Amino acid sequence: MKRFLIPLGLFLVLVVFLAIGLNRDPHEVPSPLVGKPAPAFSLEKLAEPGKTFSPADMQGQVWLLNVWASWCVSCRAEHPLLVAFSRQGGLPIVGLNYKEVRGDGGIDAKKLSPADEASLTRQRAGAWLSQHGDPYTLSVLDMDGRVGIDYGVYGVPETYLIDKKGVIRFKQIGPITPDALEKKILPLARQLAAES
Amino acid sequence: MIPEIGSFALVLALLVALVQGSLPLIGAQRGIPAWIALARPASSMLFLLIAVAFGCLTASFINNDFSVVYVAQHSNSRLPLEYRISGVWGGHEGSLLLWVLMLSLWSLAVAAFSRSLPDDMVARVQGVLGLVAAGFLLFILLTSSPFERLLPGAEDGRDLNPLLQDPGLIFHPPMLYMGYVGFSVAFAFAIAALLSGRLDAAWARWSRPWTTAAWIFLTLGIGLGSIWAYYELGWGGWWFWDPVENASFLPWLVGTALIHSLAVTEKRGSFKNWTVLLAIGAFSLSLLGTFLVRSGVLSSVHAFASDPKRGIFILVFLAVVVGSSLTLFAWRAPKVSLGGAFALMSRETLLLINNVLLLSAAGAVLLGTLYPLVIDALNLGKLSVGPPYFNAVFTPLMVPLLFLMAVGPVARWKHTSLAEIARPLRWAFGIAVAAGVSIPFFYGGWSGSVALGMGLAIWIVGASVLQILARTRSGLPPRAFWGMHLAHMGVAVTVVGIVMVTQYESERDVRMAPGDTVKTGDYQIRFLGVEGISGPNYNAAKGNLELLKDGQLVMPLHPEKRKYLSSAMPMTEAFIDPGLTRDIYVSLGDPLEGGDGAWSVRVYYKPFVSWIWGGAVLMALGGLLAASDRRYRLKSTAARAGKLAAQGAAS
Repeated sequence: MKRFLIPLGLFLVLVVFLAIGLNRDPHEVPSPLVGKPAPAFSLEKLAEPGKTFSPADMQGQVWLLNVWASWCVSCRAEHPLLVAFSRQGGLPIVGLNYKEVRGDGGIDAKKLSPADEASLTRQRAGAWLSQHGDPYTLSVLDMDGRVGIDYGVYGVPETYLIDKKGVIRFKQIGPITPDALEKKILPLARQLAAES
Repeated sequence: MIPEIGSFALVLALLVALVQGSLPLIGAQRGIPAWIALARPASSMLFLLIAVAFGCLTASFINNDFSVVYVAQHSNSRLPLEYRISGVWGGHEGSLLLWVLMLSLWSLAVAAFSRSLPDDMVARVQGVLGLVAAGFLLFILLTSSPFERLLPGAEDGRDLNPLLQDPGLIFHPPMLYMGYVGFSVAFAFAIAALLSGRLDAAWARWSRPWTTAAWIFLTLGIGLGSIWAYYELGWGGWWFWDPVENASFLPWLVGTALIHSLAVTEKRGSFKNWTVLLAIGAFSLSLLGTFLVRSGVLSSVHAFASDPKRGIFILVFLAVVVGSSLTLFAWRAPKVSLGGAFALMSRETLLLINNVLLLSAAGAVLLGTLYPLVIDALNLGKLSVGPPYFNAVFTPLMVPLLFLMAVGPVARWKHTSLAEIARPLRWAFGIAVAAGVSIPFFYGGWSGSVALGMGLAIWIVGASVLQILARTRSGLPPRAFWGMHLAHMGVAVTVVGIVMVTQYESERDVRMAPGDTVKTGDYQIRFLGVEGISGPNYNAAKGNLELLKDGQLVMPLHPEKRKYLSSAMPMTEAFIDPGLTRDIYVSLGDPLEGGDGAWSVRVYYKPFVSWIWGGAVLMALGGLLAASDRRYRLKSTAARAGKLAAQGAAS
């Protein structure tokens, strides 16, 4: 009798592991950038053409860097949360507008001159923010996606929590959920704000 | 209105499935003829209702009814009609609906083609299928209804994932599901046999054609998936050991073992418990595959948005179905009589080795697939298991399997001798060794793995040909004989494809400006330029290239790089010139700087790659011949005896 119970026993062990696995997220890959200084860049601001922004400008503050684009469907899902959050004035949020024109399947970016691309980017990004609300302290334009590569962006939206010394402390891949904001990002931000 | 009819049909289907899953089973156990008689009409009704629901969803897709959430998520008004239809199974909810549709189709087929079976057996089989259907219908209704409304309706849909806008998707999932779900019939027969306590040769005979039928569909489904990945994903691979691929390959390996083990149970009455366990195992792995794919516990190229509620439901369902089956097995198996004894040198032993090797391979693949999950569950970190592991453990198991594949059919049941096996095969062995050793030199140099692989393939084909010649001298053999040898030769053909393409493929990533040529194999490829075109729901850069041999034009090549209007994901449409001994595979990379219109172009030369799928087709044809053998259609004396016993029990 006993040996005929072996398959059942093995199966039950499997079920236990599957049940534990169900509560894990396989996509939650620890980012190699967490704990490292945020890569430096200097990009033009969306609102003020000709003026640039660099992460060093935020030295001494805890802030969020949020990667977005008007073509990104998940950003649309995340956006209302960011707008509501920014109204509470919790943390400054810097928007990194990522490949606004080149990332859009409907446009052939190669046919555009750099100047045309820049103006189209401004027009599209600006229109999107005025339609859906602007949660950002400021937004910068990463038209060719090079800064995105430095930050290891592989899906938009992504959000980085950066501390006073300019070190990335947390990375959210995909839209920020109310749960992630309440349970991860905000507690960590409070703790970082208390650090000297 | 149409979606509501669909919803209602699903609710009715659940009620019918509950009736089918309870009364016939109780009736068969207690001998109530009226309840037993319910099984067949219930399965017809179940199929009809699910078909109505499926038809309603299809109608919503064709009519572009974007007030249905599922349609709005997986279709678009510009999507061509054929993809609006195949879009029905392009997402989670619709896939599940297709799953239960297939299940009810199998149940209907059992009702239609089981006239020679005892009624109580049919009632038990239908009962088990009804319970499985009830579980899945409940899953659909509680967590994954495809008929949910969106009010107000969307103006236009989000479009079907561009990866899935391909003729391959029209056929791949239905074939694969037919296979997956088809093992439910073998499973239902096994459970029915355990319940009735009649675990005998007759049961094995009834199960055999159904198991083979499911295996045929699974073989074709896996083959189609592999072709689809080959031309659609744009990097020319044909197997990735991706968790979702493994999920379909595991039931195939166990199902293959089951087909062979059933042969022993039918002919010799041995391996009964083992065969039952395999039948439960093949279907459990189909369910496990569904769980892995649908719950998102593993990351995969097939990653679907996951919902923990769904994962919990399938896991509970899996635990109930498999757990109760294995409990039933543990309870009934000790009472089963052992079959005929056999000597160490016998066909039984060879088939046992076949089973051990196939099961070890399945175990290794299962381990590799679940390892990341287990490690994560034990808090030991995150990791992924890739092709090197699978190739390293899988190949050594296949070598003895392929070698013995040629030997098995020669060996006699019960007792055989080495001389009896060696005598008819010595020529095949000689030719295989000679050809295996010399073939690599024709292809530019010694390679041990080519020699081994080609030698094994020729050994299998040679042995089959010799046996066919010997057998046909004494009259026309039955279809099952032809089927077995055709399927074995199909495996050999697939092995040739795998070995040759793995060893001799060449891949080049080149920068090409208009007018440039690049050499691949005996061919040259000339790049003329790229032009913009627009399709129904995408814009594309279309490459104009020419395939030349000795300066003569063989054919124009037109790979595309598509950008679908609805998503930012660019899609590579490779252009393939298929051939018997080689494929030429060209895909466009990206435009390059320099202002001369240059692009990066990927050129593959793939020798014998089509043999991989040709072999799968031969295997399926072999299965078809075996499953349609005359003896399965005859009313066997065993079946009649079973019927009498049933009547005895009923009265």
